[in-house]
Amino acid sequence: MPNLIRNRALVNDDPWLHLDDDDAVPTSGDVTVSWQRWQTEKGEIGALNGRLGVRLDGDFPIEELDTLLGLPLIVVHFPAFKDGRCYSHARLLRTRHDYDGEIRATGDVLRDQIAYMERCGINAFEIRKDRAAEEALKAFDEFSVDYQGRSNRAFPLQARRD
Amino acid sequence: MYQYDHYDQQLVDERVAQFRDQTRRYLAGELSEDEFLVLRLQNGVYIQRHAPMLRVSIPYGLLSSAQLRTLAHIARTYDKGYGHFSTRQNIQYNWPPLESIPDILADLAKVEMHGIQTSGNCIRNVTSDQFAGVAEDEVEDPRPYCELIRQWATLHPEFAYLPRKFKIAVTGSARDRAATQVHDIGLQLQRNAAGELGVRVLVGGGLGRTPIIGEVIREFLPERDILSYLDAILRVYNLRGRRDNMYKARIKILVKAMGAEAFAEAVEKEWQHTRNDPALQLADEDIARFKAHFPRPEYRTDVDTAAVDPLLDGNEAFKRWYTRNTVSHRQPGYRAVVVSLKSPAQAPGDATDAQMDAVAKLADRFSFGEARVTHQQNLVLADVAVDELEALWRDLDARDLATPNVGTLGDMICCPGLDFCSLANAGSIDVASDINRRFDDLDYLYDLGELRVNLSGCMNGCGHHSVGHIGILGVDKKGEEFYQITLGGSSANDASLGDRLGPAVSKDKVADTMETIIHTYTELREGEESFLETYRRVGVKPFKERAYA
Repeated sequence: MPNLIRNRALVNDDPWLHLDDDDAVPTSGDVTVSWQRWQTEKGEIGALNGRLGVRLDGDFPIEELDTLLGLPLIVVHFPAFKDGRCYSHARLLRTRHDYDGEIRATGDVLRDQIAYMERCGINAFEIRKDRAAEEALKAFDEFSVDYQGRSNRAFPLQARRD
Repeated sequence: MYQYDHYDQQLVDERVAQFRDQTRRYLAGELSEDEFLVLRLQNGVYIQRHAPMLRVSIPYGLLSSAQLRTLAHIARTYDKGYGHFSTRQNIQYNWPPLESIPDILADLAKVEMHGIQTSGNCIRNVTSDQFAGVAEDEVEDPRPYCELIRQWATLHPEFAYLPRKFKIAVTGSARDRAATQVHDIGLQLQRNAAGELGVRVLVGGGLGRTPIIGEVIREFLPERDILSYLDAILRVYNLRGRRDNMYKARIKILVKAMGAEAFAEAVEKEWQHTRNDPALQLADEDIARFKAHFPRPEYRTDVDTAAVDPLLDGNEAFKRWYTRNTVSHRQPGYRAVVVSLKSPAQAPGDATDAQMDAVAKLADRFSFGEARVTHQQNLVLADVAVDELEALWRDLDARDLATPNVGTLGDMICCPGLDFCSLANAGSIDVASDINRRFDDLDYLYDLGELRVNLSGCMNGCGHHSVGHIGILGVDKKGEEFYQITLGGSSANDASLGDRLGPAVSKDKVADTMETIIHTYTELREGEESFLETYRRVGVKPFKERAYA
């Protein structure tokens, strides 16, 4: 069973391979690397055939977000579901920087947080391996209204929601 | 008051359905303890010493009579016939079975209520002045702004997993009755020299184990910018607040570590990106819509303002109550009435289902169908015509809701303590009861004047002990309950943290020590000096010498 959701659908054939910092870069295929590795090796890895994505976590300085905008995939990592820092990174990528590539959540990604994540602009979710991604899909239908808007909609105050 | 439209109602109804499913999944073993913990907390559900505890949000302390009746119904149907009003203007139920909580939340949703964000590391219930809209010293009614902030904060996707809990208080009066200096964010509505409305912004105040008075980071913020500025503060905190140690995770620690000036700079920098964002900037019509929810009631113009005077002359008990428990009002012929939940016969802040029903009925009859909760754990009927005060007093008195002790030593703030709370180190309700028994002469209490006594059963400080004129903090010493006493705290405009009197005293010595403190005050006071004024003049030394003599 796949554990990846993208745009509210299960994905069976995810092309992306997440490389550890000491993994060799394969000659073909799409890979993600940590931001630290990307800073030093982006020239070499970018010259390969596949596409390149970057992984960041809550320590990532928001002033650097605009250096990532040309990438097709930005991975935001949640080491624990209670660590809410990357909600801010995702929201800023979508609203402040108009990033329109894939933002993918990894780590402690669970059904009961992904609707919030989606509202911040995250559109792909690697559901924790011990949970069913299919079950997690139900989360998107729990709320049909909200006060803050999605990342691309205005705060629906009374005057704007009649 | 604010009334839900279909949009608000749908959100709360969907939240009930969501929590019902989460509870089902937890009970079926599909959610771990740790995962469910966070979800239930964000709906106000704790697991306490004896049973779950449910905390219901009362936004900025405002209640309709229908809501109050529902709170009574919940106490009667699902609990043991009472509820506890807290210092955050919420109500807590101490005995609801977990399985019933989805049904309780469904009952609450029918009257536009919920437990959303009454706990957990998120933006909590926005609190305010219990005399909002009726206070004589009011610059602007804070309630429309509170409601705006409530909506903005409710299920905010970016700020649902903050480093720690986050509390915002708003006041619109010269006298700060909302303790804005001891909140994560305090907003003080004011007008600038040009007559424009805005807020002074304070951050980093708080009680608990590291009590700190908040610092002003912006003297004047135009009202249209309130939400974008809050957004900037919360983002700086979300990204930079400590997450490695829960005791150092509150925004006050971040503000101290960075320095208020550097923190303010970081916020201003973040705000430059969003201050013109139409998604966050308040348009005049947005504000006008929210203000329209809080019209002035249709006050009677035929109030017989002279009618009350002969009654005061002829009835000492009524006069006491009128003097202590009613407050002047900006509408001629009206007063605001504080319904005392500090009868010595009950735990401070507790009300039975019958009492809640009674207050609901009296609110309908005398105060335009509304009641309020104060952070001192009393209720308020805010708009009572003076020629109806005596009738109201008789009804309140019959329900033990007219103890004429508001603002006196008997009007103690008190957390539930060791009897209920799993955080507590020591009892607080029984200590309040000991103190009440010791100081049972009302004339003596009146002679002592304004005196704020605050009790917490542990250093988390739900009873606001750090800002009591006299603060009492329960501590555990080798399995025994001891109490550390502080003097000179205040959460009003002259906010300050209390100084330690000396070593903690044992439980059976608290009332004695209180008596010594009070005697010291009455000996040392000059003229009409209040306890706090005397203390600030003479300092802790004379109190200490006598208390440990």
